[in-house]
Amino acid sequence: MFKWLDPYAKPETLYRICGLWFPWLMTAAVATLLLGNLWGLAFTPPDYQQGDSYRIIHIHVPSAIWSMGAYSSMAIAAFIALVWQVKAAQWAVGAIAPIGAVFTVIALFTGAAWGKPMWGTWWVWDARLTSQLILLFLYLGVIALAGAFADRQTGAKASALLAVVGVVNLPIIHFSVEWWNTLHQGATITKFAKPSIDASMLWPLLISILAFGLILAALTCLRLKTAILENEQHRPWVRQLAVSLAATPAKGSIAKSVTKEEV
Amino acid sequence: MPELNFSSWSAFFSMGGYGLFVWLSYGVTFTLLGLLWWFSQTGHRQLLKELAAKQARELRVQQQLQKQSAQEQS
Amino acid sequence: MVMFKAAFVREWRLLARQKADWLNPLMFFLIVLTLFPLGIGAKPNLLAEIAPGIIWIAALLSVLLGAERLFKDDYRQGVLEQLVAAEQPMLAYVLAKIVSSWCSTALPLLLMSPLIALLLGLDSAAWLAVFLTLLLGTPLLNLLASLGAALTLSADKGGILLALLILPLYIPLLIFASAAVDQASLGLDYSAQLAVLGAMLCLSLALVPLAVLKALKLNVG
Repeated sequence: MFKWLDPYAKPETLYRICGLWFPWLMTAAVATLLLGNLWGLAFTPPDYQQGDSYRIIHIHVPSAIWSMGAYSSMAIAAFIALVWQVKAAQWAVGAIAPIGAVFTVIALFTGAAWGKPMWGTWWVWDARLTSQLILLFLYLGVIALAGAFADRQTGAKASALLAVVGVVNLPIIHFSVEWWNTLHQGATITKFAKPSIDASMLWPLLISILAFGLILAALTCLRLKTAILENEQHRPWVRQLAVSLAATPAKGSIAKSVTKEEV
Repeated sequence: MPELNFSSWSAFFSMGGYGLFVWLSYGVTFTLLGLLWWFSQTGHRQLLKELAAKQARELRVQQQLQKQSAQEQS
Repeated sequence: MVMFKAAFVREWRLLARQKADWLNPLMFFLIVLTLFPLGIGAKPNLLAEIAPGIIWIAALLSVLLGAERLFKDDYRQGVLEQLVAAEQPMLAYVLAKIVSSWCSTALPLLLMSPLIALLLGLDSAAWLAVFLTLLLGTPLLNLLASLGAALTLSADKGGILLALLILPLYIPLLIFASAAVDQASLGLDYSAQLAVLGAMLCLSLALVPLAVLKALKLNVG
C-alpha cells in the first residue's frame, strides 16, 4: 500500500527534499508566528476577567497542543521504524524529540507565568500542567535512552520502542492525572478555565497554532538532515557533499548549495 | 481591519499591569525557539565541516602512503 | 509450557542461591518506609493520611531497584544470545522471568503488609485496601520494570536510566492505588479504583511482554 513512499525513504532523496522544504517552511513559520502573536498582542481587546495577561494564550495553547502533536508524530515515526525497519523513520524520532521537549518546556513556563497573576502562585498541580510535566519526563527519557548506548543504532531503536510505549501510556496518564486532579481540588478552582473565546481573539490563536506546527515541521526537516548525514557518513553522496561545501564556503542556506551541486 | 488596542507604547509594554508575565513568557518562548533553531543549524554546519575535515585527513594519509610505497619501489 | 516451567524453575534456583537479589529490595522497602516518619514527623494522623502514598512509592522504588538484575546476568553470559540465535520462542522465557521476579519482590511485600500497616498506623480497612492494590498493582510494577530492564540492557549506566524511563509510566498506577486506599480509610467503596487497576494490569499483561521481547532482541542483535 505504501510502496510509492519507498523512494522517499531513500536517505539521499530525503535529504534533498528536506533541504528544499526547509527554507519555505521556516519562512512560513516565522511569518505566521509573528502575524499570530503580534495580532494577539496588540490588535485584540483585553479579556473581561483576565485583562491583558490572557494574551499568553497565543503561546501557551499552541505549544501545549504541539508538544503532544510532536510526541504523536514521533511515535508514528517510531512505529514505522520498528514495524517496517525504515531507517529514515528511526532518525526522525531522534530529530523530533528535542523539538517536542522544547515545546513542552515553553508550555510549562508560559503556564506558570499565566498562572501567577491569575491564581497567585507560579505552580499549581492542575491536570494540564501536571500532564505536561510528565510529558517532559517522557521526552527526556526518549532522548536519554537514545544517547545511552555505545552503538548509536541500538540507541535509536530502543528509544523508538520507548516512544511507542509512551504514546500508548499518554492517554492513560492524561486521564489519570485529570481524575486525580478532580479528587484533590483545593479551595480555589485551579483549572485553566478556557476564556470563552471571542471570534476576534480566536483568529490570532489559530494562526499561532498553525505557526507552531510549521516550526515543528521546519525544524524536523533541519534536524533530519543532520541525522541523515551522521548516519550515512560513508556514502559517496555524503562525501561529495562535504567536500564540495568545504570548497565553496557555504554562506546562507545549505539548500542552495545542494541545488547548486545538483546542477 | 482590527484596531490597535493600546493607545501608547508604554501601555503596550505594561500590558494592563501584567507586563512582566506576558513579556517574560514571550521572551522565554522566542529565546528557546531561537536557540533551538540556532543549535540545529550550527549542528548541521558543524557536521558537514567535520566530515570534510575527515575526508581531507584520509586523503592526506592516502597520499602519504602512496608516496612511501613509491619511494620504496624506486 | 515446558519452556515456561524450565525457565521458572531455573529462576527460582538462581534466586535461592543469590538471596541478595530479593532480600536487598525488601530491606530497601522497609528502610525507605521508616525514612518517611523520620523525615516528616510521626504524628499518627499525618502518618495514616500519607501512608498509602508512602507504601506505594516505596514499593515502586524497590521494584525498580531490583529490576536491573533481571536480564543482566543472562545477557552478560550469553544466554540471551543463544536463545535469540536458536530462534526459541522466547515469550515463555520472558513470562517466567516476570512471574519469578514478582514472586521474589512482591510476595514478600504482600506478606509484610500487616507489619507495615502497624508501623504506619493504618486501620484494618485501609490495610485491606493496601493489600488488594498491592496484589493488583505489583504485577504491573514488575511488568513495566522488566520492560525498562530490557530496554536498557546494553546501555551504560542503565540502572538509573531504567528508573527515569519507567517512573512516568508508574504514575497512573500510583494515582489509582493511593486513591483506592484513601477511599478505604474514609470507609467508602473503592471497587471502581480496583477495577481500573485490574484493567491496567490486563492491558499490560497483553502488550508489555511483546515489547520486552522486542527490546531484548534489539539489545542482543
